[in-house]
Amino acid sequence: MRSGARNHRTAFAGATTGQQLLYALDEQVRRYEVGGQVRKFEGWEMLSLVQDESGECRGIVAIDTRSLEMRAFPADTVMIATGGPGLVFGRSTQSLVNTGSAASAAYQQGATYANGEFIQVHPTAVPGEDKNRLISESIRGEGGRVWTYRDGKPWYFLEEMYPAYGNLVPRDIATRAIHKVVFEDKLGVDGNPLVYLDVSHLDPEELNRKVAGVLEIYEKFAGQDPRKVPMKIFPAMHYSMGGLWVDYHQQTNVPGLFAAGECEFQYHGANRLGANSLLSCMYGGDVASPAMINYSKSRKSAASSRIYDSELTRQRESFDKIFKMDGSENAFALWRELGEVMTENVTVVRHNDKLKITDDRILEYKDRWGRIGLNDKGKWANQEVLFVRQLWNMFELARPMTLGALNRNESRGAHYKPEYPERDDANFMKTTMAAWSSDGPRFSWDPVDASLIKPRPRRYDVDKPATEARTAA
Amino acid sequence: MAERTQILRIKRQQNPNSEPHWEEFEIPYLPHHNVISMLMEIRRKPVTRQGKRVAPVVFDANCLEEVCGSCTMVIDGRVRQGCSQLADHLDPTVTIEPMSKFPVIRDLWVDRSKMFEALKKAHAWIPIDGTYDLGPGPRIAPDVQQLAYLFSRCMTCGCCLEACPQVNSHSKFMGAAVIGQVYLMSQHPTGKMNHDERLQAMMAEGGIEDCGNAQNCVEVCPKGIPLTTAIGAVGRQTSIKWLRDLFMK
Repeated sequence: MRSGARNHRTAFAGATTGQQLLYALDEQVRRYEVGGQVRKFEGWEMLSLVQDESGECRGIVAIDTRSLEMRAFPADTVMIATGGPGLVFGRSTQSLVNTGSAASAAYQQGATYANGEFIQVHPTAVPGEDKNRLISESIRGEGGRVWTYRDGKPWYFLEEMYPAYGNLVPRDIATRAIHKVVFEDKLGVDGNPLVYLDVSHLDPEELNRKVAGVLEIYEKFAGQDPRKVPMKIFPAMHYSMGGLWVDYHQQTNVPGLFAAGECEFQYHGANRLGANSLLSCMYGGDVASPAMINYSKSRKSAASSRIYDSELTRQRESFDKIFKMDGSENAFALWRELGEVMTENVTVVRHNDKLKITDDRILEYKDRWGRIGLNDKGKWANQEVLFVRQLWNMFELARPMTLGALNRNESRGAHYKPEYPERDDANFMKTTMAAWSSDGPRFSWDPVDASLIKPRPRRYDVDKPATEARTAA
Repeated sequence: MAERTQILRIKRQQNPNSEPHWEEFEIPYLPHHNVISMLMEIRRKPVTRQGKRVAPVVFDANCLEEVCGSCTMVIDGRVRQGCSQLADHLDPTVTIEPMSKFPVIRDLWVDRSKMFEALKKAHAWIPIDGTYDLGPGPRIAPDVQQLAYLFSRCMTCGCCLEACPQVNSHSKFMGAAVIGQVYLMSQHPTGKMNHDERLQAMMAEGGIEDCGNAQNCVEVCPKGIPLTTAIGAVGRQTSIKWLRDLFMK
């Protein structure tokens, strides 16, 4: 069972569902590859869109991360399915490829970035030096309890604060409760930003059958057996509800450019419920494929080869500049600074003064980016030169996230502002739309259609009234 | 007392054709470090113990949770994922090398594509719905599910190839991972239908015949996959197929 839900609504594969899905997809791609229906360009990274005079997307420019060869790929339509922007927050639960770089490149070329401020923080992760490792919600679903010491005794604060849902409150609620207990009540484990997630009271056999994979992660990466001692966890950036704006056919405002999955904004509003990312991937993919075919068929003229050459030249020039960087800043150290300031100010609790400071800092980082000194001047498998470019794209994406949060003077879903603790539907039941400009993001707001289901306050301390639930349905 | 540090001896190589060389780095010890986070530390300050500014160490890594298999390397002589090698379990000096059974791209980054080519040869997939719905598949008994689950966690990391004496420059042996996957696919009622063609691939060059029964694969598998069980079973199945093909011709 996942948080925010009191009925089983997700099918699991052992304790490694995500891994199984990944391998199953890989397996099917292999099948199509052998059948000659799919051609993979593994190890190539998307750099930019190729657009024609009218702004339509006509392909992309990409780079081979080994040989650093750049190529233009002409296309009838382009689909971006690059996942989330976890690395903008330095350490998150996401993988190292999740730089948000492709979405950022599209944004800088005219694609609207929507709801950037809605960032989901997962309440239970193991903090690490390289990343924060997710401890799945299934642990709480199977009976795991969150607690910390108060007056020398275990305090099961979620159960006390939210009797109806207890440990299964949604992610943002659990996250804020842990944040409060650690930072306001100063009750973190051994004075550190940590609380316990405990399954040591549960039957180890049953745990092994249902969530062995999750427990193994803790055992492996924290070096302790969670069947015997409670796990030490803390919230971590996990998912971006915001992303490239798309229409009902998954098309961005750049004609011919589609997006699906976490890199687009459409399905999760201000907060995502457990397993809904899969739902949006499946639905988005299902809708996008016929739409892409239709779009390709409706195209009248072919693009001129000139647009590919000119985009290729633009990208080559930008890499030439990076190769000449000879300052004193280190790109990876600068990235760490960005991650720290974003995690501190643009995740669990947002204050307007701190958001303003964060945006100033991003501008300062952009300035310092120009003073990076490249340590690796090699022309083969140079990961540093690729990262310098990704880092710039992270800065560009960090701005609509930060300023989107600054503009939204209310609290909604994962976006929580103590100065404005209530949801303000009159002023803010709107999608934030950010358009890139050289002076920074330009914002506009698009009303959300709520004509079918009347919004009501979210409450997890009491059960949903049956009559209200029926009317809503 | 001097601050505790960790010394990393790293085997480096500019490109697939250049000679390898060794470099040493020294970083502050942190209890939550693992090999990847230490390599990240070096990226922020790529200076050797001798004070020479160098290119940051190139390595492949992605999920950092033993799902992608990309940060597989040889640490103190033992092949494993860098992300799960905790600093706490290391000696003050650690030796890190790229896997030796795969072509080096640069430094610790190797090209594992031969494993994926083997999976293609072995038709390691189950034909499911294409553009239309084939309806629900057959149900699988829980004990079969549990057995299959063990094999389904293979991340194609390459540990079993690295440890296998039969995988070397003189042999085309595809290694244990692909045999495990052939066995996995045969546990699935739909996958079973194509078992014969997978066995065919196992009987071809580089297939199961080349296994020398050293059983190192099962020793080093980070997921504890019972690879020798798969090798035994697939070996028997190929023998039966060989006999059957002989008499059915």
